[in-house]
Amino acid sequence: MGPNAYLSRRYRLSASHRLHSDAFSEEKNWAVYGKCANPHGHGHNYVVEVTLGGRVSAETGMVCDLGELDRFAQTNLLARFDHMNLNTLPEFRDAVSTTENFTIEVYRIFQRFVGAKIERVRIEETSNNSFEYSGRAVTGEAERL
Amino acid sequence: MILLTRKAEFSSAHYYWNDAWSAEENVRVFGKCANRNGHGHNYTLEVTVAGEVDPVSGFVVDLKELKDILEREVVSIYDHRHLNLEVPEFAGRVPTTENIAIAIWERLEGKIPHAKLHRVRVYEMPELFADYYGER
Repeated sequence: MGPNAYLSRRYRLSASHRLHSDAFSEEKNWAVYGKCANPHGHGHNYVVEVTLGGRVSAETGMVCDLGELDRFAQTNLLARFDHMNLNTLPEFRDAVSTTENFTIEVYRIFQRFVGAKIERVRIEETSNNSFEYSGRAVTGEAERL
Repeated sequence: MILLTRKAEFSSAHYYWNDAWSAEENVRVFGKCANRNGHGHNYTLEVTVAGEVDPVSGFVVDLKELKDILEREVVSIYDHRHLNLEVPEFAGRVPTTENIAIAIWERLEGKIPHAKLHRVRVYEMPELFADYYGER
C-alpha cells in the first residue's frame, strides 16, 4: 500500500429547516435563533464536503472507489436530505436542525461507508457560513457517536 | 507559525490504466477514465507551507519565489501535457488526483527555502480534490 492521502468530494443538496428548541419559551426561541425561528421555515443550498482518508492503493492509485462513494452518498445522503424539510426527519426529532447538528449527522452516516475512513465533514450552509466535524472534541479526543 | 497557501493552475490530459490488469478489469474499475484516448482537466494546485514570520521582511516565504518554484517544479512539467505519456512519475503510477498530490509533494519537498511543506491539495474539478501531508 502507498502513502496516506485524503480525498474530498462535494455534494449539493437543498433543504428547508427551522431552528427551534422545545426546551425554550417562544420568546427565548426568537431571542436565540432570530429570523431562523420563523415557524414556516426557510431553506439553503447546502454544500456537503466529505473527506476520506486512507492508504493510496498501489494498484488503483486511489484512496477509495469514487463510484462507490457517489453511490453511497446518493443513497444515504442525497436521497434522504435533498429537497426535504430537515425538521420532519427522524434525525432531527430530538436535535435542533442547526448545521452543526447536520454536520455531526452526516459524519455519523459516512462512518458506515466501508470504502475508506471518514476524516472530516464540512458543510457550507451559505457562502459565508461553514461547519466542520472530525469526530473529535476540542481537546482532540475522539468522541463516541 | 503561519500557514501560507499559493495556488497555481495547469491543464493536462490523462487516463487511468493498470498494465497488470486485463482491459475488461481496467474498464470495470476505472469506468470512463480508462478510455485510452485520454481526457483532461483544469487542475488547481494549492501548496501550503508552514513557517515563522521573518521579523525584517514580514514574510514567511517570498511569494514571488514560491510562485517561481511552483512554475519550475510543477506547472512547466505538467501544463498542457499528457501525464501518462509525458511525465516520468506516471509511467508506472496511475495519475489519479491522489497520486498527483503525492507526486507534487515529492517534487517540492526540500525545495522551498525558509518554510516547511505542509499540504499539497490538488483539485481535479471544483467538487473533487485530494490532500497529501507527506504521511508515508
